[in-house]
Amino acid sequence: MTLLITVFAAIISTIVWYKHAPNDDMHVGTLSLIYWGASLMWTVDAVFEYAELKEEFFHPAAQDMLNDLFLGLTVVALGLIIWLIKLLIKDPKGVVKGALLSKKN
Amino acid sequence: MACFIVPAAEAIVTTIAAKVLKKHEVSQKISHSGSHDEIIEKTSFSRKLGWLNNLLWGGSALLALEHVWHGEVVPWFPFLTAAGDPESKAEMLHEMSTVGVTMALLVTAVWAGMVIVSSVLEKKAAKLKLAANKK
Repeated sequence: MTLLITVFAAIISTIVWYKHAPNDDMHVGTLSLIYWGASLMWTVDAVFEYAELKEEFFHPAAQDMLNDLFLGLTVVALGLIIWLIKLLIKDPKGVVKGALLSKKN
Repeated sequence: MACFIVPAAEAIVTTIAAKVLKKHEVSQKISHSGSHDEIIEKTSFSRKLGWLNNLLWGGSALLALEHVWHGEVVPWFPFLTAAGDPESKAEMLHEMSTVGVTMALLVTAVWAGMVIVSSVLEKKAAKLKLAANKK
C-alpha cells in the first residue's frame, strides 16, 4: 500500500513537471525524483518480501493495510515538506527574499 | 531494518562528487567565435549527478521515516534497535548487504538509463540544429 501510494505520488508529480517543462521554477522535478527514488527502493523491498512470503504477500491483513495507508500518506506529506523547504530556500521567484527585505525597510 | 543506510551512504559520496564537479565545470572557460545559433547547450554532468542525488536522498529520507514508523530507528544511541543484540545485528547487516545494495544498484541503474536517454536526445537535437543552420 505504501509503495502504491508513493508510485501514484511519483506519477502525479511527473505529470505536473512534464506539463510545465522546460520551465521548472517550482522544482517539481525534484519532488518527482524524491518519490521515484522511494518507489524504486520500496519495489526492491517488495520483491524481497514476495520472495519470502510468496502468495501471502498479496493477502495482507486489514489492520496492516490500514497502517500502511497511514504510512503512505505520511510519506507523501514528508516528500512535500522536503520539497517545500528546498523551494523556500532556493526561492526562485524571490518571494521570501522580497518579504524579508520589505520588513527590514 | 536499516536498508536505507546503503543508498544514503551512496548519496553522501555522489553529493560530494557533484559539488567537486560543479566547481571544476565553473572554472572551465568556453570561448566561441561563431554565431549564437551555433551554440548547442548541453546538460552538465554535475546537474545529471544532481538527479541521482535527489533520487537517493529522497528515497533514503522517505524510507528512514518508514523505519521510524516501525520502531527500527530511534532517536537515541545506537539509533538502530537491531544494533542492540548480536543476533539482530547480524540480520541487519545481512539485510543491508542484500536489500540495501540492490536498492542502491537499481536507483543507480535507472539514473544511468536517464543519463543515456538525455545524452541521445541532446545529440539528436544538436544534429537537427546543425542541419537547420547549414540550410
